[in-house]
Amino acid sequence: MSNAALAGLSDDLLFVTVLLYALSMLAFAGEQAARRSKQGTVAASDALLTRQAAAARTRVMAGGPALPPPPVAPVAPAVATTRPSRAGQAGLLLAVVGAGLHTGSLLTRGLAVDRVPWGNMYEFSSAVALSAVVIFLVMVFTGRVDRGLGAFVMLPAVLYLGLAGTVLYTAAGPLVPALDSYWIKIHVFAAILSSGAFLLSGVVALLYILRARHDATVAAGRAPRFPLSMGAALPAAPVLDRVSYAVIAFAFPIWTFAIIAGAIWAESAWGRYWGWDPKETWSFITWVLYAGYLHARATAGFKGTKAAWIGVAAAGALIIDYYVVNIFVVGFHSYA
Amino acid sequence: MSIDTSPVVDDATRLTTQPTPAAPAGPSQGRRQLLAPVRRTWRQLTSMRTALLLLFLLALASVPGSFLPQRNLNPVAVQDYLRANPTLGPVLDRLGAFDAFAAPWFAAVYLLLFISLVGCLGPRIRLHAKALRTPPPPVPRVLSRLPSTDRWESAAEPRAVLDEARAALKGWRLVERPGGLSAEKGYLRETGNLLFHVSLVGLLIGIAMGALLGFKGTVLVKEGDGFANTVLSYDDITPGRLFDAARLEPFSFQLKDFRATYADNGTALTFNADLTYKDDVDAAGRPYDLRVNHPLVTGGAKTYLLGHGYAPRVVVTDREGNELEQTVVCLPQGPEFISTCAIKVPDAAGEQLGFEGIFTPTTVQDPETGRVTSVHPRADAPALTVQAFRGDLRMDRGEPQSVYALDKTELVAVDGGTPRTLLPGQTWQLPGGGSLRFVETTEWATFQVTQDPGKLLALVAGTGMIVGLCLSLFVRRRRVWVRAVAVPGPAGGQAPPGRTVVEVAGLARQGAEAFAPEFTALAARLRSTAPPAPDLPAPDLPAPALSPREDST
Repeated sequence: MSNAALAGLSDDLLFVTVLLYALSMLAFAGEQAARRSKQGTVAASDALLTRQAAAARTRVMAGGPALPPPPVAPVAPAVATTRPSRAGQAGLLLAVVGAGLHTGSLLTRGLAVDRVPWGNMYEFSSAVALSAVVIFLVMVFTGRVDRGLGAFVMLPAVLYLGLAGTVLYTAAGPLVPALDSYWIKIHVFAAILSSGAFLLSGVVALLYILRARHDATVAAGRAPRFPLSMGAALPAAPVLDRVSYAVIAFAFPIWTFAIIAGAIWAESAWGRYWGWDPKETWSFITWVLYAGYLHARATAGFKGTKAAWIGVAAAGALIIDYYVVNIFVVGFHSYA
Repeated sequence: MSIDTSPVVDDATRLTTQPTPAAPAGPSQGRRQLLAPVRRTWRQLTSMRTALLLLFLLALASVPGSFLPQRNLNPVAVQDYLRANPTLGPVLDRLGAFDAFAAPWFAAVYLLLFISLVGCLGPRIRLHAKALRTPPPPVPRVLSRLPSTDRWESAAEPRAVLDEARAALKGWRLVERPGGLSAEKGYLRETGNLLFHVSLVGLLIGIAMGALLGFKGTVLVKEGDGFANTVLSYDDITPGRLFDAARLEPFSFQLKDFRATYADNGTALTFNADLTYKDDVDAAGRPYDLRVNHPLVTGGAKTYLLGHGYAPRVVVTDREGNELEQTVVCLPQGPEFISTCAIKVPDAAGEQLGFEGIFTPTTVQDPETGRVTSVHPRADAPALTVQAFRGDLRMDRGEPQSVYALDKTELVAVDGGTPRTLLPGQTWQLPGGGSLRFVETTEWATFQVTQDPGKLLALVAGTGMIVGLCLSLFVRRRRVWVRAVAVPGPAGGQAPPGRTVVEVAGLARQGAEAFAPEFTALAARLRSTAPPAPDLPAPDLPAPALSPREDST
């Protein structure tokens, strides 16, 4: 196959991927809606459990007999025990096939230009979206996360890919000399992997905040209104918190590695390993915020929602790092 | 099972080396009171909340430097900004916003953060060193209070149970006391945590060493010319505050040829600088192909290819026929490499001669206006378009003058200032005598030489950070206790069958989800060695101490 044909195939595959992801999102959303309507009856008992758990906790803190930690489990089954819905299974299948085609799109792009398929913003964005989707799917299949989050994961993936395929689209072409190094494989791959995970964690952190506020509203005896009402169908708050943490804990060392690998590359390409180039600065800000998140989660007074907001802010810094810095600020990384 | 509860039952179940604020033990009451505010400030500074606050401040303090132009990256942009913002600009400048990462407020944030870090690290290293030498704590009296517990009775010997537990807990730190077996694992978590933070300090030291002891210089070299590494050879040099010129590596090189290749749309594909270099004054010359991403390493110095441009070679003949050959460095003004240059001939007989030139590598001339421009950076159709001037170049006034521009205050344009376009080999006979010949196109390249003695430390520290991070995020600290106590059979029985009460309990500070199956597997293994014996008569034991699990049922 000629390079032009490969490049065309890559574009077509991306188009189908966006379509499949969108369908997958709709299927997951259908499952969510079905759960929520069932949740109407469950919500009351759910609130009761939350209140009981809270009461148990206060007793421990008051120095009463040290209770075994209040089990999280009774809250979670509200979601986990609903019988598997067709819509959810279809959503999962569509997401898996979509991720396969997405991989194909990147592979054909790479073959068409005879280099790694992450040499410009379009390719990079596409790869980051793939990373987020694949990490999510791996977590679903290893039982670490409820697939019900699918709708909330696929939505940003679709938007992200849509943006990549239209606004940021760059025709297949060779690399500029500064990028022509084996470090592009190492540095950029680590950045893609960790960015996908970070964006995923940002989504989960937002869902955690939603769920926590939903629970607080229910516990206060008020009926949660939209968007808080969506919280009912989500996994329990501690589960979301744990998932968000696990994803960040996975991504943070990789992000650190990406920055250090970038510094090594910068040293050999530009003669200094760190120069406060805008991209370097925002990678640093992102890194500092995630370090803050990890510390906050272990500091009294910052656990829970506050830490989650830090996680969301860090994901925001990551987005600034890619889009605002690349498009609006001139720096050494301006070509990508 | 939940993860973030810390059931501090007793000291045995405390699984963290995070220091608890200890009562200060001052020598005398008076001095203690005097030092109290200092102590309080120190404790506050080294607290996690302060560290968190400083982390966010650090992130915030980094923002202005990323959006405002910075002197070290782009001094011209700073000048433009100051011109465009005459009121706000100087205020920002006073605040150091254009050297944001060298500004005192930025330094204040990161120095406070590092003081806080060091203050926190000291006690934690001490505590961890102690924890590493301390065997796991004895088996708590009441095991049923712990998050993971199992208890059964068996006919197996206590010894067999404990031996099996020892075998199952291979790789754990084990201590057997009369009260049972204590095991602990995952010390590497805190080791990694400390390694990460110590590495951060190392990184800062590495960066500081580079800034103080290192140096950076740039130099422009024309094809055929050479460079010797001395302070005076540089066009621009930024030495660290403690840099010693005697530590410059004694290397030299000659630029034999520079080549750039481009795609048809003008995007650069490759840059190559063919060098012959010498490691030392009397070393033999060796060839080197210097490219982007492929610097020349000589001792502690690294030479990088930074930029390039065209340098047309011209011969100026004065009124008396003296030939003066020059290779003129032209500065590229855009992606098509339309380049500007100035030719100065102060030694021309009679009046001094000066030329302003525009070099166009792929020249296209507008047929109507006659204007020349370049459409591609490659020198496919090079041309030099010049205006000539006669008079005084003002080069002997002792004022600094740019090599790339003419000072035209005392110059008169030749031929009414009409520009003349020359192709290689063409000569322009100047009205009033003299000529300019465009001989050929050559190229120049700029090089940056750096010496950074802190680089290796920074790299080692960076590696330490990653290793430390992985350990501190993925190793789980946990403890397990096994008790197997023989209980006599019913009173009065002859040679009672031995019964053993087996109790297993575990505690994980992190990752309770991962610990649960690990604990279950251990308990199952022990249960298979010491199968529960339900048919044995009830033990003649005092009722076990009240445990919350029982009072909650």
